[in-house]
Amino acid sequence: MTEPVSSAAVPEGPPLSPENAAVLVQLTRKDFVSDQEVRWCPGCGDYSILAQTQKLMPDFGFPKENIVFISGIGCSGRLPYYMNTYGFHSIHGRAPTIATGLKAARPDLMVWVITGDGDALSIGGNHILHSMRRNVDIKVVMFNNRIYGLTKGQASPTSEFGKVTKSTPAGTIDQPISPLSVALAAEASFIARSVDTHTEHLQGTLNRVGWHRGSAFVEVLQNCNIFNDGAYREFTDREVREDRMLVLENGKPMVFGKDRDQGIRLSGHQPEVVRIGQDGIREADLLVHDETDPLIAFMLSRIFWPEFPVPVGVIRDVRRPTHDELMTAQTDAALAQRGVGDIRRLLTGGETWSVE
Amino acid sequence: MTTTTKRPVEVLELDRVTIRFAGDSGDGMQLTGTQFTRTAAVFGNDISTLPDFPAEIRAPAGSLPGVSGFQLSFSSSDIHTPGDQPDVLVAMNPAALKSNLGDLPPGGALIVNEDAFTPANLTKVGYTANPLLDGSLSSWNLFAIPIGVLNARALEGLGLTSKQVDLTKNFFALGLMFWLYERSMEPTLKWIDDKFGKRPVIAESNKRALKAGYAFGETTEMFHTTYRVPAAHLPAGTYRNITGNEATALGLVVAGQKAGRDLFYGSYPITPASEILHQLSTYKNYGVKTFQAEDEIAAIGSAIGASYGGALGMTGTSGPGIALKSEAMNLAVMVELPLIVIDVQRAGPSTGMPTKTEQADLLQVLYGRNGDSPIVVVAPATPSECFDVAFEAVRLALKYMTPVVYLSDAFLATGAEPWRLPDVDSLPDISVANRTEPEGFYPYSRDPVTLARPWAVPGTPGLEHRIGGLEKADVLGNVSYDPDNHHLMQTLRAAKVAGIANDIPDLEVFGPEQGDLLILGWGSTYGSIRSAVERLQADGRAVAHAHLRHLNPFPRNTGAVLAGYRRVLVPELNLGQLLLLVRARYLVDAVGYDRVRGKPFRIAEIVAEAERLLAEH
Repeated sequence: MTEPVSSAAVPEGPPLSPENAAVLVQLTRKDFVSDQEVRWCPGCGDYSILAQTQKLMPDFGFPKENIVFISGIGCSGRLPYYMNTYGFHSIHGRAPTIATGLKAARPDLMVWVITGDGDALSIGGNHILHSMRRNVDIKVVMFNNRIYGLTKGQASPTSEFGKVTKSTPAGTIDQPISPLSVALAAEASFIARSVDTHTEHLQGTLNRVGWHRGSAFVEVLQNCNIFNDGAYREFTDREVREDRMLVLENGKPMVFGKDRDQGIRLSGHQPEVVRIGQDGIREADLLVHDETDPLIAFMLSRIFWPEFPVPVGVIRDVRRPTHDELMTAQTDAALAQRGVGDIRRLLTGGETWSVE
Repeated sequence: MTTTTKRPVEVLELDRVTIRFAGDSGDGMQLTGTQFTRTAAVFGNDISTLPDFPAEIRAPAGSLPGVSGFQLSFSSSDIHTPGDQPDVLVAMNPAALKSNLGDLPPGGALIVNEDAFTPANLTKVGYTANPLLDGSLSSWNLFAIPIGVLNARALEGLGLTSKQVDLTKNFFALGLMFWLYERSMEPTLKWIDDKFGKRPVIAESNKRALKAGYAFGETTEMFHTTYRVPAAHLPAGTYRNITGNEATALGLVVAGQKAGRDLFYGSYPITPASEILHQLSTYKNYGVKTFQAEDEIAAIGSAIGASYGGALGMTGTSGPGIALKSEAMNLAVMVELPLIVIDVQRAGPSTGMPTKTEQADLLQVLYGRNGDSPIVVVAPATPSECFDVAFEAVRLALKYMTPVVYLSDAFLATGAEPWRLPDVDSLPDISVANRTEPEGFYPYSRDPVTLARPWAVPGTPGLEHRIGGLEKADVLGNVSYDPDNHHLMQTLRAAKVAGIANDIPDLEVFGPEQGDLLILGWGSTYGSIRSAVERLQADGRAVAHAHLRHLNPFPRNTGAVLAGYRRVLVPELNLGQLLLLVRARYLVDAVGYDRVRGKPFRIAEIVAEAERLLAEH
């Protein structure tokens, strides 16, 4: 009789952490480029996300065979084909479910989920919610272009109220959902936001995502130049972005602006934009970002242009036991208590009798 | 009541007895039936059971929808069904009497808890007069016993509330039945100790109730006869009592061990499949991981993810869950990963009758998906056979890299029978190897015999590749919209599943290989059909029985078997689904016999239908 063995006949990879980086492998961006021709519309923001992802992967020093990209349906869903890792282009909204099962069976793998605003928040809303509350150790990158692109331009769950699209010629009457508020409500242990065109910031954010253990959710504001061109132009364009976006740094006061002279201060429990030096306001009066504080995280998830600068960066980063760690702990406890199961004993469990 | 002039009690030996316990869903009838079943099984009788309970956990007390029943048949010979009709009906209240009396044949024993026949309870179920007093039960052998009062007296001094006392009256009834059928109280007394050991007063109250019921039988003058059903002559071996859901879970675990794979079971709670999840969740030290998903879709998605990672992914549900899982089942067809999908069928459509049995999901699992989507389908015939067929499902899923649907039903799931334990060492090794060699690796290359694609799991160096729901290029596995490639892939997927016919046993025939009538069945109707055919054969009829365990593909000899008889009868607990398939596939003029009452067939109705067909020219 064979003992139950690990599901895969391959050695477990080293645990993913910066401390282990020294023992890991040296790869380059090229190692992560697959032989498939990239087929997004020319000018699509997805190209930038793909490029940053490929560039970033060698930083983890993780063997590429231990990395899996799982996607749902939509323009974002194509990304796994372009990564020379293991990849699974699944069905609409269900990537988190496949990732959850994979991670449960194979805690040694680094699992990324690539999704979009429709895939994650509409058809797959239930799954994204539960993967977060369980703290499944997956890295969810949600491309948010506030439109359905692959089906040629219908309103999405993040489309602005009143937006005119092919399916909403008189304007959508649905309130948009805030992805970051949802992630927070669902107890994601890591929440961040970045922008497709801010390549350096995007790469830095994805790097943080990669090192996080637990449910990581990053919203990437992404332009669809065909069906929703200029979706974020008002605050992401080079000339205005420093004045209209708030780049978050843990432990630092919330300062923004070309001249670093504006900031966020709490007035009572309400945030307000203030100018440093005006009315005696000093940097020390500003709110200091704390990635572990849920109230700050919630406030940041609610503020947006034009009332406020748009927060980007890591909003929340806390460590709690992951789904696979807890599952493994229960298995270990059962093994410690009862030993490796013997199927003969299993079958004769309960009452038996003999017939001669 | 005095015993001074007590007449001696006569002992009558019987071959078979069928008892139905019926009461309020809070009366513990399932427990009572289960205890009697265990005791009879341990004694050595052959047994078959039919639990019948409402979907409501606690319907209003004393109401007709709240009636819960448990029928069991125990015998000194080989039996296949829980009996068409009870010989004894134990009715704990007027509702139980009213809803079950129609099944009790005239002359049958009727044991009634007369305390529950209060004006309020009688009115609740529409009795205008007390049937215990108005003579309307004169066709039956009525024993009206004040169970509640007698039981309360036995429990005096324990300091229990009247509600707590009331909860034990089912054990009084059980004790009485033990006396009446000469059964030992020991197994149940031991069970009480195991169950309530930490609550000595509760344990004591249940024991007293049981013993009081037994003693009542002994001392009352009501019963002049007790009954003895000798042990059955079952094949030698070690036995245990098992339900279909239990056997399914055990079959999966043993198959996982024989395949050398970890098991992953993703499931969402649903009647009548949840017990499989409950049971597997206690097997963590057997390489089993269980996951209660947020919905049916996530349940199957997680199972596919686990299979992708090299474990054996499994999911279990009932018909409504299959409807939700269909898209993901199709994904498994497309990506060609092993997957077990358990459907414990219940009466539909829609929510239907969740606790009642039916076998009407056959066409759903075969054809309820977009595109041509070939899926392997297997179906156990008896509760204990669930073990073997679950094992077979795993064997086929692994060897052919394919989703396999396992069609059980509510009757199999909750029904019990004695199970002769298999010798685990004699079960075959069903392991398959992961692909590890990068040289010549293509994700959609195929084994020349099985047409299975390689199982290349993440973590294997050099085999990085992408799969998904989009059509794949033959061999290479890249996305392809090429028209000829799509046609080729469709035919390859179909050929892979069809080819499994070469790897499964022939359809066996019970009875003459040629004759007037073949009765063809599948699933849980086995017992009723087999009993009916045995009766017909005993009457000298040239009638045979064949029972399909493989529904897709069919065994290779199916057409030849069907051709051997003048008539073919297909009884099903649906409106003719297998019938449609065999007529279409084999051009045979089979006729159906359909009953969708949420209950198993009665033997007599199949016999009658067969007789009717045999009489036709």
